[in-house]
Amino acid sequence: MSYDGGSYDVIVIGAGHAGCEAALAAARMGCSTLMITINLDMVAFMPCNPSIGGPAKGHVVREIDALGGEMGRNIDKTYIQLRMLNTGKGPAVHALRAQADKYLYQHAMKETMEKTPNLTLRQGMVERLIIEDGRCAGVITKTGTEYHSKTVILTTGTYLRGKVIMGELAYESGPNNQQPSIKLSEHLRELGFELARFKTGTPPRVHKDSIDFSKTEIQPGDNKPKFFSFETKSSDNEQLPCWLTYTSEETHQIINDNLHRAPMFTGVIEGTGPRYCPSIEDKVVRFSDKSKHQIFLEPEGKNTSEYYVQGLSTSLPEDVQLAVLRSIPGMEKVEMMRNGYAIEYDAMVPTQLWPSLETKRLPGLFTAGQINGTSGYEEAAGQGVMAGINAARKVQDKEPVILDRSQGYIGVLIDDLVTKGTNEPYRLLTSRAEYRLLLRHDNADLRLTPIGYDIGLIKQERYDAFVDKKERVEREIVRLQETKVKPTEINPILAQFESADIVDGSNLLVLMRRPEVDYSLVDQFSPSPVELDEDMKEQVGIQIKYSGYIEKQLQHVERLQKMEKKKLPEDINYNEIHGIAMEARQKLSNIRPISIGQASRISGVTPADISILLVYLEHYNRVTAAKG
Amino acid sequence: MFSDTIAAVSTALGEGGIAIIRVSGPEAIPQVAPLFRSRVPLTEAESHTVHYGHIISPGNGETMEEVLVTVMKGPRSFTTEDVVEISAHGGIISVRRVMDLLLQQDIRLADPGEFTKRAFLGGRIDLTQAEAVIDLIRSKSDRAFSVALKQVSGSLSERIHALRHTLIETLAHIEVNIDYPEHDVESLTAEFIKDKSSEVMEGITKLLKTASEGKILREGITTAIVGRPNVGKSSLLNALARDNKAIVTDIPGTTRDVIEEYVTINNIPLKLLDTAGIRETMDIVEQIGVERSKAAVTGADLILLVLNSNEELHEDELALMEQIHGRQCLVIMNKMDLPSKLDKAKLLAHFEESSIVPMSVLEEEGLDKLEDAISTLFFGGKLESGDLTYVSNVRHIALLKKAYKSLQDAYDAAEQFIPIDMIQIDVRLAWEQLGEIVGDTAADSLLDQIFSQFCLGK
Repeated sequence: MSYDGGSYDVIVIGAGHAGCEAALAAARMGCSTLMITINLDMVAFMPCNPSIGGPAKGHVVREIDALGGEMGRNIDKTYIQLRMLNTGKGPAVHALRAQADKYLYQHAMKETMEKTPNLTLRQGMVERLIIEDGRCAGVITKTGTEYHSKTVILTTGTYLRGKVIMGELAYESGPNNQQPSIKLSEHLRELGFELARFKTGTPPRVHKDSIDFSKTEIQPGDNKPKFFSFETKSSDNEQLPCWLTYTSEETHQIINDNLHRAPMFTGVIEGTGPRYCPSIEDKVVRFSDKSKHQIFLEPEGKNTSEYYVQGLSTSLPEDVQLAVLRSIPGMEKVEMMRNGYAIEYDAMVPTQLWPSLETKRLPGLFTAGQINGTSGYEEAAGQGVMAGINAARKVQDKEPVILDRSQGYIGVLIDDLVTKGTNEPYRLLTSRAEYRLLLRHDNADLRLTPIGYDIGLIKQERYDAFVDKKERVEREIVRLQETKVKPTEINPILAQFESADIVDGSNLLVLMRRPEVDYSLVDQFSPSPVELDEDMKEQVGIQIKYSGYIEKQLQHVERLQKMEKKKLPEDINYNEIHGIAMEARQKLSNIRPISIGQASRISGVTPADISILLVYLEHYNRVTAAKG
Repeated sequence: MFSDTIAAVSTALGEGGIAIIRVSGPEAIPQVAPLFRSRVPLTEAESHTVHYGHIISPGNGETMEEVLVTVMKGPRSFTTEDVVEISAHGGIISVRRVMDLLLQQDIRLADPGEFTKRAFLGGRIDLTQAEAVIDLIRSKSDRAFSVALKQVSGSLSERIHALRHTLIETLAHIEVNIDYPEHDVESLTAEFIKDKSSEVMEGITKLLKTASEGKILREGITTAIVGRPNVGKSSLLNALARDNKAIVTDIPGTTRDVIEEYVTINNIPLKLLDTAGIRETMDIVEQIGVERSKAAVTGADLILLVLNSNEELHEDELALMEQIHGRQCLVIMNKMDLPSKLDKAKLLAHFEESSIVPMSVLEEEGLDKLEDAISTLFFGGKLESGDLTYVSNVRHIALLKKAYKSLQDAYDAAEQFIPIDMIQIDVRLAWEQLGEIVGDTAADSLLDQIFSQFCLGK
């Protein structure tokens, strides 16, 4: 029997990191939103490492926050350790990483969602989509409830036809022994979607009291931590350390002796796993010349004794896992609380999506997160916030918001997925961004907060503070350029920085370009007449010091944006454009790029094809204009 | 509409006469100005005026070429952008000098058909011509692609691949340090980057030195001599080479399996490819010979088909005629000193009378007729695509120099302790610039390198 469960603007299926951001964004933009999940105790659950951030990923969290998303604020409430990584390198790659109290993280997120107006949370297993007039118009659950909606966002993570594998054992399951979603996967196939089979894995968890920490190295957090959200000004959470140890020769011996029982090598695992996150058995085999591998022991929270064994992701049989753990210094007597496992799942081939994350095949249906072939909480959340925004924009009959590759890592991520697809679970790396220097941790607000404000996710008060910061920084840079210095005045101060004397007059801006000089020089010589906080001073320093490199990248961006602005009509028929090479024709017809810029990034489309496309587009536009 | 400035030689290549180099783009005038010394500075020149002066080296002010420069400001120009046309003395050396200097500015070599494309996009060319413009881009690109591929096969490409390999290993090392800061990989020092940059810069210097000596740079109308064994192909090559001053002789290691000679006939530079050696040394496997000949024929601008008039047409020869149908071709009926058994009527079914040249290479008869026939084709405008070979050479030099400059920037930055993620920008640029020479700029290969070189992951 079926019954009507009501009508919404937006329905989000799944409550992981993508689902939470999508539902919050849609609800905050004024859409009546329903989030359905198999198990409401699993909202914002971290099935793998209890950690958020790091290079590229941490940048994404800052971007989510700058757009008005939740992940940054939520981890700032619930961290148990914060560290800024890469501080010895340039400002563009400074990256914040947090250890989360995984339980508090879930509770805090669920509480936020429960208190958000327009947002309804519901436990249920979605099995089918409702299709009306070729559009996605709602969902049907296992219990027969029909929920109607204008848009649907699928964020199913690793649940679609999930299968857990460990040694000789394999069974249908979602992560952490949750129920998998079988029927929905079959339904998507019936609808004609192309699905890929991916694999990922997680290491064992062990009991704190059974670890001999004296045999490991302590890894503490920062004394004066920085935070993810631009809104968080201070926080005094107690910080817990992580611990570093290494695999031993014995570890490698045990693994090598048991390869015949490793599903990675016996052919039991069919899904494609990520190269950047190999299992320990994979590492030992592929890098056999390495005598040891790092193992980090990370607390999973303040009120739990479970420790996550980072570096030991595995699908070896349970008995071998225990032997492997006990061969590692500090864990000779360790007690394993949960075993590691590999999980295979169905994912959407992401080239079936528009850059808005709406599916091309079924208008009104959006997908976000691990279902799109990515891995990582941050990658999922970044897509989630964009899918939420664009589903809401669709309901409001507005153009989608699409970030380009120079605006954010989120833009890079989505453009890569929908333009190139992926043949392994996709992880963001800073090296995937060609404008890395512009996509900094420190300027995420400058890049994205105006957009967040325009679409209604950033509140007036926060926006005013942002504008104030921006103006203070800009004015200070002008002031430094106008502040002349004489050698006699400044040379003694330069000497403190072991910086060379100047011979002729100069100005503060020129001196700030010197690598060895920092803002304290300005503070000594000519303090700013208006108050600048540490963030603003940092911003002034970065914009001045690296202006040469930044300028170079901005010139490239200008060219990129010209090509992005040349929009290709949606009804373009590539088979009718003569002169385009066969391979390019097929790729273009399949991907249906929205702009010349996107078209030029499709592999197999040559510069000559792009030239021809430009000529065709000009012809098309002139003819269209002539028709009026 | 387009922010970058492009340049190309817009006249056919040859010795003597005038060559015109066209530069187009919003910044064309200020970008050419520092290279041009004249009474009126180029930036102050009126539109549609011609100026006498000299192309100078912007570094030391040395005079390089005597030229006339025409300025045409957009939209009243062919491309509707600002256009500067430099009329220089014809001939390879002079044109190359000017192009080299231009491409050291922020000017790039025009893509095939790009001036016409810009003219169309600027509304200069009628809408009805869209298809013709597309055809032009397609055919020129395909041709340029095959020439470019031909150019960089062999030792040049091997050396570039080796340099790029050093760079990608360095890049992978930098990226791992950035993306996996807590991993126990060897940390990266400024010394390491300096060493690797120097190593690649040395390699580039060697390549450029070879280039200036004309060893890797061969230009001219690519002319393939084809035919069955023992019809006199090698003799023809030797006769042409003996009679005409060779510009460059063969350098071991740069020639591959095809014998090459460089000659000028009536001031027309020719690169002769003798496919003879191939087939005769490989005649055990007949098929291979045929394949190699085919490859030589495909890339050629001009084909000299040599037949033995003392024999009847062989089926291989008929097949060859099919293959070269529609290409620029001269048929040499060799061994005219012997009794003729070849039915000329059959030839006339495939070729025009004017392209059939009776000869006896052995008796040195008819060589002048062949040279005249080549001249007629060339000056009749039928042989022009040799430009492309020349052009891709200029492009290679410009790219090598740019890659060198990028690595110098990386080296200097490392010396000043600039953070590695910024030095990376220049190293990566050098890697891409070298990649453009061999037609490989796929960014994914960097990730492949990272994950095969380092053991990463949680």
